[in-house]
Amino acid sequence: MFMAPALIIMAVALFYPLMYMVYGSFREWDPSQSLSESDFIGIANYTKLWSDEAFRESLAVTLTFAFSVVIIEMILGVGLALLLDRKLRGMSVLRTLFILPMMIAPVVVGLMWRFMYHPTDGTFNRWLTALGIDRVDWLGDHALLSVIIADIWQWTPFIFILALAALQSLPRSALEAARIDGATGWQQIVHIKLPLMAPVLIVTMLLRLIDAFKVLEVILVMTEGGPGLSTEIMALRIARTAQEFRELGEAAAMSNYLLLMLMILTMLMYGFSRWQEIREQRLKMAAKEEI
Amino acid sequence: MSSASNDRPNPAFYALLGTLIFMAIGPVVLMFVNSFKLDIDIISGTSGLFFLPTIQNYEAALCDVLWYEPEHLDYCAIRFGGAFKNSIIIALISTVLTLVIGCMAAYGITRFRFMGRDTVSFATLAVRMVPPAVLLVPVFGLWNNTFCLDRDGMIGGFIRDTFGGRGDVCLAGTHSGIILIYVAMNLPFVIWILQSFIVQVPRSLEEAARVDGANPFQVFYMVVLPLIKPGLAAAAIFTFRIAWNEYLLASALADRDTKTVPILIVNNTSEFNIEWGVIMATGMLLAIPPIIFTLIASKQIITGMTAGAVKG
Repeated sequence: MFMAPALIIMAVALFYPLMYMVYGSFREWDPSQSLSESDFIGIANYTKLWSDEAFRESLAVTLTFAFSVVIIEMILGVGLALLLDRKLRGMSVLRTLFILPMMIAPVVVGLMWRFMYHPTDGTFNRWLTALGIDRVDWLGDHALLSVIIADIWQWTPFIFILALAALQSLPRSALEAARIDGATGWQQIVHIKLPLMAPVLIVTMLLRLIDAFKVLEVILVMTEGGPGLSTEIMALRIARTAQEFRELGEAAAMSNYLLLMLMILTMLMYGFSRWQEIREQRLKMAAKEEI
Repeated sequence: MSSASNDRPNPAFYALLGTLIFMAIGPVVLMFVNSFKLDIDIISGTSGLFFLPTIQNYEAALCDVLWYEPEHLDYCAIRFGGAFKNSIIIALISTVLTLVIGCMAAYGITRFRFMGRDTVSFATLAVRMVPPAVLLVPVFGLWNNTFCLDRDGMIGGFIRDTFGGRGDVCLAGTHSGIILIYVAMNLPFVIWILQSFIVQVPRSLEEAARVDGANPFQVFYMVVLPLIKPGLAAAAIFTFRIAWNEYLLASALADRDTKTVPILIVNNTSEFNIEWGVIMATGMLLAIPPIIFTLIASKQIITGMTAGAVKG
């Protein structure tokens, strides 16, 4: 009885649409027709995409974007967490300031960066001119790099906060034991802190990877996918295929490809956390038996 | 870095902190400052801090809801006021609905053992995985064609007779259409975070209330609800933020009268010549509610964020 409204809404507005999309991806589908009027064309939408130059380009851009963003953010975020892991009075203020970029609308983030990257009036080129260096055409020649930088600005704090939380919940005894045994700071990090943080870090990384495939608004406002197709990630391509080229069937097929990739990532993550739980239980059982 | 966390931080440490803070809030401050500048000042770029602050940009952005007519405007070109109303309506209603429905569901799950915890956390994860862009196609199709009240049907006929219009009423282009998809998108997360709070409410409290003659709804509203307030706050902020910031689905579903603020911002930046001042003022207005939430409730936000990852 308590569950009913939630179940109904999710069935109507989430699961039904997803099923509908899978069904629609096998059809020649135009926005002006309803789905039942369209023709069944089998897997033509799927095969057509593979010979589509633009789709392959956007797939490559998506993968480059997602992986480079996640790798750099992991290194920066974890590194900063290790550096800033001290008893500090202002820590909560710092964390508050750090989550600001994540809370602001992606559209606004895109707007800010678009201004800072502006070829003549933007902040970065002003600084470069002041330093006597040639201006850089950020959103022209280095569009993908610029987009990646903006995303790093927005999401490194996420990893930083999670890594810091993991770091501060580490068992103090292990660290103390290491210190007494004469481990240097670096050895402590490599042999004790990082391995103990690993479970949280892996989950964080997968979450961030899933989110990186979903980025859309920031890039849309900054570059609109251009110049050419150089920053057209798949989410953007889907939106354009549906709204500009009016090929709903093809967009649906593309969505399914994207969904499939994300499903694999999610399965990995779910499987990993299950495995973690089982292992922990086993360790506990083993400990009990010893007693 | 030196070996332990208890020795004195050196100057380099504070320099690093300063740089980080500057990098984190610099762009926001820049936008804030620029939103008080005239376009001429923004472009000529005479050093950042010396300029005459003006609220002209804000006046221009909100010109259709102001009670007076600003002198510098002869025509109200960008109508952000209406969009702000839409954004507020959509964000508030979808937050309230999500919380009410989510609360009930979370309570049902934990107390009546309807489904396992695992099912919920898996559903949360599965929905988190679905990008809005993937929902775009089916939602666009369904909301425009299937989720309509036929002109021959009873309710549809009633609406047409009362309000006029072409006859069939579709979800697309209405506030409720956008609200429906936001509620659906946020429910799993809200259910999941709330049930982790409800689990901690001791059962004996509820039983005591029931012995005193409270029915299940009273137990829920008078005993459980006050105890899970922090969870409610976290859930509310996350839901509000998504509904307030979302662009793509809103742009597919909104018509001329139901546009939200992100849509207007995107529409006004895609032109070649951007009016930086006005657009930044609008961006600032859009950013203010999330900034306020962050400043007053950062603890809850971090709880929500870490919970999502650590127990995913």
